[in-house]
Amino acid sequence: MPIDKNITPKLVVRDLNFFYDNYRALKDINLTIPEKMVTAFIGPSGCGKSTLLRAFNRMYQLYPKQRATGEILLDGENILDKKQDLNSLRAKIGMVFQKPTPFPMSIYDNIAFGVKLYQSLSRPDMDERVEWALKKAALWNEVKDKLKQSGTGLSGGQQQRLCIARAIAVKPQVLLLDEPTSALDPISTAHIEKLIDELKEDFTIVIVTHNMQQAARVSDYTAYMYLGDLIEFGDTSMVFTNPKRKETEDYITGRFG
Amino acid sequence: MFTHEAHLKRQAVLDLLFRSLTRVIAFGVLALLAAIIVSLLVGSLPAIHAFGLGFLFSSDWDPVNDKFGALIPIIGTLVTSGIALLIAIPVSFGIAVFLTELSPRILRRPLGVAIELLAGIPSIIYGMWGLFIFAPLFADYFEPWINKHWGSMPYIGQFFSGPPMGIGMLTAGVILAIMVIPFIASVMRDVFDVVPPLLKESAYGLGATTWEVVWNVVLPYTRIGVVGGIMLGLGRALGETMAVTFVIGNAHELSKSLLMPGNSISSALANEFTEAVGDLYTSSLIELGLILFFITFIVLSLARFMLFKLGKREGQTA
Repeated sequence: MPIDKNITPKLVVRDLNFFYDNYRALKDINLTIPEKMVTAFIGPSGCGKSTLLRAFNRMYQLYPKQRATGEILLDGENILDKKQDLNSLRAKIGMVFQKPTPFPMSIYDNIAFGVKLYQSLSRPDMDERVEWALKKAALWNEVKDKLKQSGTGLSGGQQQRLCIARAIAVKPQVLLLDEPTSALDPISTAHIEKLIDELKEDFTIVIVTHNMQQAARVSDYTAYMYLGDLIEFGDTSMVFTNPKRKETEDYITGRFG
Repeated sequence: MFTHEAHLKRQAVLDLLFRSLTRVIAFGVLALLAAIIVSLLVGSLPAIHAFGLGFLFSSDWDPVNDKFGALIPIIGTLVTSGIALLIAIPVSFGIAVFLTELSPRILRRPLGVAIELLAGIPSIIYGMWGLFIFAPLFADYFEPWINKHWGSMPYIGQFFSGPPMGIGMLTAGVILAIMVIPFIASVMRDVFDVVPPLLKESAYGLGATTWEVVWNVVLPYTRIGVVGGIMLGLGRALGETMAVTFVIGNAHELSKSLLMPGNSISSALANEFTEAVGDLYTSSLIELGLILFFITFIVLSLARFMLFKLGKREGQTA
């Protein structure tokens, strides 16, 4: 689908099909995700938006009966290629989930966990990295005095920011957010949305959301999906104010979904 | 209106009855526990009088001269259970990881059922199998090998020297390991299964390998269940009687070598109660039982304490 000439594509999806066993969940998806912008996937439940997101870091490979065909190019390299090393892919593409998932370890170790998988940093360097990630995730001031305490003791909103910090500590290029605020209260949600706005300076962000207002608030580009098809993709303000397709208009005006 | 009130009243009475009943049952368990301790204590009084604390550290076991000491069976119980856990924990962990993370879906159920079936085999069958099949194989193949390769090593060599007889502490430990593996493995599998998929996906999403996910996320998340499973296995190993009696050799001899026959508390009790003549002999055996009771109690307390410490280190008050 067309996209502005003056932006760099980060992820390019070509003819992507996705199967759960025999069920075709994504149908010939073609899409370009621009670098250092926020792209939102919206659509009713079961439309394939989370499936598409989970194809970007090949999370589906944990499950034997799921497979994808087609191409997803990250900076021109096909990540669906069998030769693609999963661990290095996931170092480049981080993910945050619907519910906060702090690991059962201290706040510090939660952040250090991912970093340790790729780098052996000295203690001061690791301290610095942890502080950097927590500051980026706007959590540092709340936890700097209790880094040794368990990450599971934080509030829901703090836990989710911890998960964001954990994901960016690895310094990925792309951040996938799968309904990151669906389990949070409105104040925490506002926190995270503000954070997304700041994070796009450094990262390419793809967010799946059920909440259309949220997509309108945080994203630069929006993709509307329905039953495994990409119905419309474009500049967020265009999609919301002047959708080209009738289906999109019906969905965003609340006539269905 | 009146009937309604009567109904309410009746319900209140029933509720009170129900509450009292559950309370009586719960306290009944406590009373039973106390009664067992008291009867063990009373039964072992003569032996306690005769030998005092020295009973724990004496390796005498001389029914003819009425001299008794518990050191050999205590060591036998602890060493065989220790060997059992040393083997069973890693093996069970491997089984559980395979079943929850790696195994193809169609293999999961049959393998899981097979493991549960192993847990259901009566211990006397393990004992017979151990004595007639396992011990001779052990004597012919494994023990000569370990004699040759480990027997001459400094420090640990003394534990693996001696004639390859097939029965002894090591054999008992291995049989015990086989017996407790199904318990530990099935508890570990069950607790690994309840780890939220999202939590695992988060770790995989950071690029962790299966091993890193299991070791750093699954295991800490399930540590209470895992320790519980190990304690269940240890409890069974400490108290296991029949299978151990078959293969341990039942010799009241103190030997450094694990290949030599020994004795455990429960097998000493099983073997000797029927032939115990004289009050002091009987009383000494009862005191052995008391000691086994305390060992189990201490092991369970240590496990609780360990969990408490672990929880603290993570900043939780578990």
